[in-house]
Amino acid sequence: MAPFFGRADQAIVRHTPHACALGLRLVAIAPREATLALPYRPELVGDPIRGVVFGGVITSLLDQASGLAVACSLETPRAIATVDLRVDYLRAAEPGCELFGRAHCYKVTRTVAFIRASAWDRTPDDPFASALATFMLGANTTESPYARLLRERAGGAEPA
Amino acid sequence: MTRILERIPYARFLGVTAEEGPDGLVCVLPFHDVIVGNAALPAVHGGALGAFLELAAIVQLVAESEGARLPKPINFAIDYLRSAGPRATRARATVVKLGRRIANVHVVAWQDDAARPVTTGNGKFLL
Repeated sequence: MAPFFGRADQAIVRHTPHACALGLRLVAIAPREATLALPYRPELVGDPIRGVVFGGVITSLLDQASGLAVACSLETPRAIATVDLRVDYLRAAEPGCELFGRAHCYKVTRTVAFIRASAWDRTPDDPFASALATFMLGANTTESPYARLLRERAGGAEPA
Repeated sequence: MTRILERIPYARFLGVTAEEGPDGLVCVLPFHDVIVGNAALPAVHGGALGAFLELAAIVQLVAESEGARLPKPINFAIDYLRSAGPRATRARATVVKLGRRIANVHVVAWQDDAARPVTTGNGKFLL
């Protein structure tokens, strides 16, 4: 079982500066799945006339949720990196609304993870965006932030 | 072209600017804490890079289509080729096809060397 299952712990989001800057909040994690919330803020708007959040912010929301879903799919934490991400903007997100993004890691191989994700405002049944992503596992030699967080929680012992 | 970026609150949040060079428009994403994804490397967040590419596409489209309205993204696909380090990232967008209702735009982003792109993107926009 992936080590993060069941811990709706904001520290998982807070270790990413860009996620903090956007105000992302962890809603739920489950095996192979992660849900994040993006509170509405005027500085994230892309269409100043309608007040709709910029499309690229949804990219960040879904990229972050996808990375977390991959982390929730691995037996041992590994450094991961986004290889590609495609977002379909199905409709405009509701202005003023908190937005949600959920990612599901539906396949993991030795080196690659495949993810489907969607974003909604009112209900998950009526998404305003959907996405497909691919992540590389063991992407770099630095310790994964997730692994670092786990190690710190375990009392600061050096990784094996 | 800086005017369009000033109209988009999220472009100001990222600090994106546009420069008119000999080969056309180049958008610039300065490195700052707000866009960091991996603090250990450090590297720019994939989402922030994706948003930057989408902005570059919109700026180029507005420059070429002279439309009064901002183009709306239908979809945007991003390929991450290299990790983007702690320095400025630049992007150049090419309108591959400007149709009556839909435009197809390709974007390339790089840091030190334009021949070594860090990220590329392709988007379709409703005009």
